[in-house]
Amino acid sequence: MSKNKRLQDFEKVIHECVKCGVCQVHCPTYQAEKKEGAVARGKIALAAALLEGQAGLEERLQEDISMCLMCGSCVDKCPKKVPTNEIVGAVRREITENQGLSRIGKTVSTLLGSKVLMKTLSKSGAVLSPLVLKKIPETSGLRLRFPLALMKDRTVPKIAYRNLFDRIPEYTEGDSDKPIIGFFAGCSITYAYPEIGEHMVAILKRMGYSVYLPRSQKCCGIPALSSGDGKLVEKLSEANVAAFADKDVQYIITACASCNGGIGEYYKTMKADYGDFTAKVIDFSVFLQQQGLFEQLAGMDKWPERVKVTYHDPCHLKTQGITKEPRQLLQALPNVDFVEMDHASSCCGLGGTFSVYHYDVSKAIGARKIPGLKESGASRIATGCPGCIMQLQDSINHAGLQVKAVHILDLLAQALGK
Amino acid sequence: MDEQIVQELIEIVGEKNVSTAQADKITHSYDATQEVHLPDVVVYAARVEDVSSIVKLANRWKIPVLPRGAGSGFTGGTLPVHGGIVLVLTRMDRILDIDTENLTAEVEPGVVTGELQRQVEKLGLFYPPDPASKEFSTLGGNVAECAGGPRCVKYGVTKDYVLGLEVVTPTGEIIRTGGKTLKNVVGYDLTKLFVGSEGTLGIVTKIILKLIPKPAAKKTMLVQFETIAGAAQAVSAIISAKIIPTTLEFLDAATIDCIRDVSTISLSADCKAILIIEVDGEAQLLDEQAEQILSIISPFGILDTRIAATDKESEEIWQVRRIVSPSLGKINPDKFNEDIVVPRSKVPDMICALEKISMDYDVPIVNFGHAGDGNIHVNVMVDLREHGMADKMIKVMDEVFAAAVNLRGSISGEHGIGTSKAKYMSMELGAETIGMMKKIKNVFDPNNILNPGKIFEDTSLQTAGK
Repeated sequence: MSKNKRLQDFEKVIHECVKCGVCQVHCPTYQAEKKEGAVARGKIALAAALLEGQAGLEERLQEDISMCLMCGSCVDKCPKKVPTNEIVGAVRREITENQGLSRIGKTVSTLLGSKVLMKTLSKSGAVLSPLVLKKIPETSGLRLRFPLALMKDRTVPKIAYRNLFDRIPEYTEGDSDKPIIGFFAGCSITYAYPEIGEHMVAILKRMGYSVYLPRSQKCCGIPALSSGDGKLVEKLSEANVAAFADKDVQYIITACASCNGGIGEYYKTMKADYGDFTAKVIDFSVFLQQQGLFEQLAGMDKWPERVKVTYHDPCHLKTQGITKEPRQLLQALPNVDFVEMDHASSCCGLGGTFSVYHYDVSKAIGARKIPGLKESGASRIATGCPGCIMQLQDSINHAGLQVKAVHILDLLAQALGK
Repeated sequence: MDEQIVQELIEIVGEKNVSTAQADKITHSYDATQEVHLPDVVVYAARVEDVSSIVKLANRWKIPVLPRGAGSGFTGGTLPVHGGIVLVLTRMDRILDIDTENLTAEVEPGVVTGELQRQVEKLGLFYPPDPASKEFSTLGGNVAECAGGPRCVKYGVTKDYVLGLEVVTPTGEIIRTGGKTLKNVVGYDLTKLFVGSEGTLGIVTKIILKLIPKPAAKKTMLVQFETIAGAAQAVSAIISAKIIPTTLEFLDAATIDCIRDVSTISLSADCKAILIIEVDGEAQLLDEQAEQILSIISPFGILDTRIAATDKESEEIWQVRRIVSPSLGKINPDKFNEDIVVPRSKVPDMICALEKISMDYDVPIVNFGHAGDGNIHVNVMVDLREHGMADKMIKVMDEVFAAAVNLRGSISGEHGIGTSKAKYMSMELGAETIGMMKKIKNVFDPNNILNPGKIFEDTSLQTAGK
């Protein structure tokens, strides 16, 4: 029996939708497309029609169902809390089960399902990118042209030559009276932004914790979920739950909002006994707040030269109500002047594999962040998700702004002098 | 649908803006009434010339055209009850001008009301109409339905802010009414005729709106009452003392029962009615105004008064009002949501009448809404699966509307007639009046192309053939 819910499992909640239309305000794809098929209400109507046999898996239905970032913003604000992101996931699995994975879906699942491939790609990328890019400054618009097989015109992060697992031991011993923290790093941090992972481990170590970074951890499953590959999601979830079972970890910390939404929130909805695992999953900002780090930071002398930083809410934190902690952390940092920006909580536009299928819409959604960012006057936009960082930097580069997207942990590491 | 029509539509707006796919028909078949009627074709238009060409085409082929914005209406205004072309205008969403010298704004119909409000408020200006759907409903829809909202008690409704329109008539001509000036008596006031015409007389493609200076400050209060009669009398007392608050919202006992568990503000177990009162204006005058109001209403059995000291506290009070609609489902699954309106002094009588109907028919009726302008949202909560309930509801609704009309009120304050209330029109309007309206419709729309089956009972007009 499938561990993922099936469309039928949502029949009752689908009929809870009162068609009020409030999801239009909160749906990034509707805001870009202004089309009912793009919004939650439309997708729920399509899911209902599928269940009632009034529609088949026709092309337009598939297009509409593909037009969703699964960010969960609509669920958050829905008066009936209809879980459209989960319903869309279920319809996508129906589509792939009936018609097979689409070409792009396949590429994503091969990539993320196979660690060897990911590793190889990461290393060959690392050999290539410095050669191509070494003479071009970090923020140059020329990087816009850096080609990726699937998406032209996109800025992509340099793939690191030495990934996180090459840099950090599987187990780092801390103080004997402090518990072990499991670290779920996720693909982006492991392969593209390993320094964020290094910061995470360094901070935990500094606080006296033992850190367990199991090598057997895999992708969280969000991209597979997004492309409708239910089987792969199951495989990954099983592997990840098993990966942390070897040690008695008190928490499983994430520094990637999407991974947190994957191994925490999504696994909770699965028909499997993952309760012990998901209860331990915690976002780094929430963890650090609970440990009293913010007060310590606030007690430090403010730096004379501070950098003006604003914050972008990753959807996977926002929809869990984690909006205060990251801001409080930034406000407490001695090296940062924190400013709010308009549309701080609007989606960056990446959305699992969404930007692969719909790069133009993805760009349009990302562009909506720009006016608020400009107005804020910040020179850094910090967030808690490497996926958002990649997408935000892409939007910033397209707009020609001199702003850098960074992880909060980059700033924290700087404040603590690494 | 004739393939030729689809081809002609494609010639006007391009292939990607025309669809006969089942998925598109499904996603354009409903509004907030939750009724479903499939159109024959879905068309997205972004230019007035295209709207005009589409309407002319519809006249040639004698097929209905249904203008659509956010699709958030409560009375079926956008439903394609006779099929036809659903014409979506959400992409005509530019704010063309905000004129800070003349205090006007010029917008396309797809602009979302809340977005315009944010933009004008940045410039110290104010567009008051605030329907509950303002964050997603469009100004085109607001004009078509003459939307209201809580603030209308002081500031008036949509029609009070529309200075001029660009309209595509049901025969496809592009006309302009009114203009940019506050005064204008040239010819008939067609502007007012189009506002609230529910998409039956024309498709609005441009709107010139009046703006006012943004009030400097506001003060929000939440008052808990021992009885609903007390709260109703308090409303009348405030109005007859010649004080017009910005908003004067009330929630009755049944409403309070639905939200007690989810409200962040603690609501006393004895609390049978709530008034949310907001005043706005110069900051230094607000304390005095608030005190005056509280002293006027003090004889009416007050349990608790909370005055918001900050914007955050004010927001907390409004949250109590906002959680009402989503919480109602707790009583029964089926909601009959009406928005009757009575003269303000008759609010207590209307509340009594509703209590009596609720008892006589043994159906829960939840009442809340804009007490300050007599506009009461009456929600009869039933389970239609219960035997005989559907028949009973016909009688209940008849009585609710009759009670409102008997008090010299109306069957709809702000939601419109659409399909939902067409059969009750004759309770309020005489045959001659309805006849005159039909004549107007006929003059504008000889082929009954535009939004057929709305406002007037379906059988009374020759409907457009497919």
